[in-house]
Amino acid sequence: MEAKLTFKEYNENLKQGRLSGLKCSGCGEVSAQPRLICAKCGGSRLETLELKGSGAIQTFTVNYVAAEGRESEAPYIVLIVELDEGPWVMGNLAGIKPEQATMDIMGRKVQMESTAVFAGDKYSAGEIARPIFKLVS
Amino acid sequence: MRKVVIAGAGMTRFTGKQPRTAIELFGDAATEAVNECDIKPKQVQALFLGNYLGDFEEGQAQPQSFAADYLGLAGIPANRYENACASASAAIRDAFIWVASGQYDIVLAGGTECATKMGTPLATRTFAMSSDSRYEYAAGVTFPGVFAMLAHLYSRRYNIPLETLKNQMYQVSINSHYYGARNSRAQFQKELTLEDARKSPTIASPLQLADCCPFTDGAAAVIIASEEAARKLTKKPVLIAGVGQASAGNLLSQKEFLPRIRSRELAAQQSYKMAGLGPKDIGVVELHDCFSIAALIALEGLGFFPYGTAGLAVEKGETKIGGKIALNLSGGLKAKGHPVGATGAAQAFEVVRQLRGECGERQVDGVKVGMTDTLGGDGGTLCNMILRRGW
Repeated sequence: MEAKLTFKEYNENLKQGRLSGLKCSGCGEVSAQPRLICAKCGGSRLETLELKGSGAIQTFTVNYVAAEGRESEAPYIVLIVELDEGPWVMGNLAGIKPEQATMDIMGRKVQMESTAVFAGDKYSAGEIARPIFKLVS
Repeated sequence: MRKVVIAGAGMTRFTGKQPRTAIELFGDAATEAVNECDIKPKQVQALFLGNYLGDFEEGQAQPQSFAADYLGLAGIPANRYENACASASAAIRDAFIWVASGQYDIVLAGGTECATKMGTPLATRTFAMSSDSRYEYAAGVTFPGVFAMLAHLYSRRYNIPLETLKNQMYQVSINSHYYGARNSRAQFQKELTLEDARKSPTIASPLQLADCCPFTDGAAAVIIASEEAARKLTKKPVLIAGVGQASAGNLLSQKEFLPRIRSRELAAQQSYKMAGLGPKDIGVVELHDCFSIAALIALEGLGFFPYGTAGLAVEKGETKIGGKIALNLSGGLKAKGHPVGATGAAQAFEVVRQLRGECGERQVDGVKVGMTDTLGGDGGTLCNMILRRGW
């Protein structure tokens, strides 16, 4: 079985501002992560697609205690967004101060405005990108 | 399948930073377990050892083989289990399966961890390795951050105002410390006041320090034996009546179930089915309260309370001795401590002692059935065990 989308391709696309995913030809389920088999129906006919990057905030946290090597980033907002196409993605929220983030932002519409890159550390396998969202309503 | 029992159990005191190695700590726990049932080293046929982060804590991979040698068991097969926080439970479950199958009669299983040797920044980094390095860690998510996001999701999903939920969460930690203060092996043998909980610093909103388990050093071990072999070893064999284990993808992939943990519900159903029992039959439960919100989610996932109501039940005292279900009488991960790779074995240790009636002022009178619940990462692994008196 051949992977239609690898992590490397996903990551390179994201660095360039494009969020890639896979759509199951069998049931239509969309994944925002490379995978071999559809999580919903078990089908193996997956096709790549570009996700629009718009969705709604499902949950979030303001993180005050960062991991080794990322202390200077704190505090920062981590959030999970349900994309309009269905899948959940994790990223950060720009445009509001972390201390001002309350549960009022849950459910609000967001759009991916850019991407940021974790430069990697001695434990990771190089640079890894993530989406940065902004509130649109 | 043969009937399988826990013939002996041992556990170190759980602590903060201390000078001994993970292998030495496991040696203490294993020796206590072995001495309880008076077996000789040569009778142990295999060692299954849970250990999450020895590579980072002490630069030590493959500790299971050196632990076997340290205990005088060199030559037996020794396996390490890395299932994040559920490592020891996965080790015990596999020991159960191997003994049930007839391949072995006596297996030593458990876990060990020296998490405090890393210090908080590296520990925060390595604990976050149980999130997805590709699709989650780049955003800076940490282990508290995962459960912080689940707390917000829980508040919204069940329509419980955050301040109400936070008060319920404080009560979970206060209860854990109440029992931890009465456990001579707990890391924090001290009660927690509401005032101290409220003023503790925020780690990842809405979780404060009082909602989070500590970094811990410690080890625990059990002797797993066939019912027949155990007749010669102990007068109080604890029957492993049911086990369950399930996996899940990363947090994002669990979208349809959160804040419920799907792997827990799968594993619990396996356990209940194998044991022929249900939540109403469980007298004590040691469940995975790595964060206060995690305890509420677990109480519901195991079937003790309807979804969205566990916090209220805790506030009403239904999780204390004499309530609907006696919860984490060891002090739980919060007060007893959470030496990651050892935690599942320590939960089993507590349930074994409860069933034998050896827990002093935190004893549930006459308890016959207990359960463990160990969650690895954010649900990537979930193990449950149902234990009952075998005498």
